Amino acid sequence: MKAAAFEYARASSIEEACALLRERGDGARLIAGGQSLAPMMAMRLARPTWLVDINDVPDLQYIRVEGERLRAGACTRQRALERDARAIRLVPLLSQALQWVGHIQTRNRGTAGGSLAHADPSAELPLVACVLDAEVSVRSTRGRRALRAGDLFTGPMTTTLAADELIEEIAWPIWREDHVGSAFTEVSIRHGDFALVAAAAQVALDGEARCLRASFGVGGADATPVAFPELAQTLAGARLEDSIISTIAERAAAALDPGEDLHASAHYRRHLAKVLAERSLLEARDRAIARRAGQIRQ
Amino acid sequence: MTPRGHRISVEVNGHLHEGEVPARLTLVDWLRDELHLSGTHVGCEHGICGACSVLFDGEAVRSCLMFAVQADGHRVTTVEGLSGEDGRPGELQDAFCETHALQCGYCTPGMLIAAHALLRENPHPTEAEIREAIGGNLCRCTGYQQIVEAIEHAAAKLVERGAR
Repeated sequence: MKAAAFEYARASSIEEACALLRERGDGARLIAGGQSLAPMMAMRLARPTWLVDINDVPDLQYIRVEGERLRAGACTRQRALERDARAIRLVPLLSQALQWVGHIQTRNRGTAGGSLAHADPSAELPLVACVLDAEVSVRSTRGRRALRAGDLFTGPMTTTLAADELIEEIAWPIWREDHVGSAFTEVSIRHGDFALVAAAAQVALDGEARCLRASFGVGGADATPVAFPELAQTLAGARLEDSIISTIAERAAAALDPGEDLHASAHYRRHLAKVLAERSLLEARDRAIARRAGQIRQ
Repeated sequence: MTPRGHRISVEVNGHLHEGEVPARLTLVDWLRDELHLSGTHVGCEHGICGACSVLFDGEAVRSCLMFAVQADGHRVTTVEGLSGEDGRPGELQDAFCETHALQCGYCTPGMLIAAHALLRENPHPTEAEIREAIGGNLCRCTGYQQIVEAIEHAAAKLVERGAR
């Protein structure tokens, strides 16, 4: 359980990290928190020839609100994001999801960008990024580009990032409606383990409890996290009765293609997808209603 | 390819330690094998068990998921750093003895680090908060109950001492 030999370079700026990735070629990998990469190296599932360490790049660790988005540098620690007052107030789905990510000791080190770049299909932060249609900024020596989270993930542990690209920032949209509720839920063998299936939802209601907009998605039940914008669109204008939510969740689960492994059959994962999508939507709705009734002041 | 060694300089338990390490050496192996600080235990070596927990720049992390070279210029506290100046156990460690919170003792250093980090931020934790704080640390002997009691006991003693 020891990593194979590799060379190490510590970057002190984004430019230096990009240049190192470029110079060291395809065998080079970025290491941020290392909470997934280090175990994969220990198990020899990953054998990078170079590690480019971005933990000491100050420009990758920040949380700020700008342009109707909450923005975090890619190397922002998960624990920092979970406890940031602005994040809790403006994008509560993030801290709701982060409570399910590993344990305190791994969140103290694990990063927001690292979780996205690792692209585990059952991971919480990629799901939230897809559900909220977050924007991901990417840098390389060739310049900067921005992509939507949904266009980042192509399969298990696979992204559209080129070998020399680095995630610089993640920007989650802030919903400014008066009555917004969100919820995250998952089933895992033990708390802190990888989710078998996870679901996230966010809804905005008007003064009459009619849905202004909704968004939801499921992780762990397909090759990537999957958001359902078309299905969510059909909720706009409706009162979110339990039966409507149940039907939508059923249709979402039917559209997924879950895999199976030692821990859960494809059938069980599809069942969980339906139940958890339903639960997250119901809970998000109830929280939005509670905000409407002034029961939750933030 | 023979990988280069890296010069590192790390503050461990308040003392500066220097060394030369291959990049693949984990932080826990450096602490144990080079500095002979064997209090930090190696359990699973892939971030599951929590036995290797240390404070890194004050935050509890798993030292098997970091390479020693990454600690260059940083500050590490191991379980040895939790005892008093005279090397005697602190309140938290005493509480573990008093409530029989260990049997084989393998998980204990990690539990102590997790509990220490919790009590520093939250002097009055609820039982649920204690269980959340040690949720990343596996114990195969005690069933956790006495560990939770030890942390509750330590919290009460520390608050009492602070109030005096």
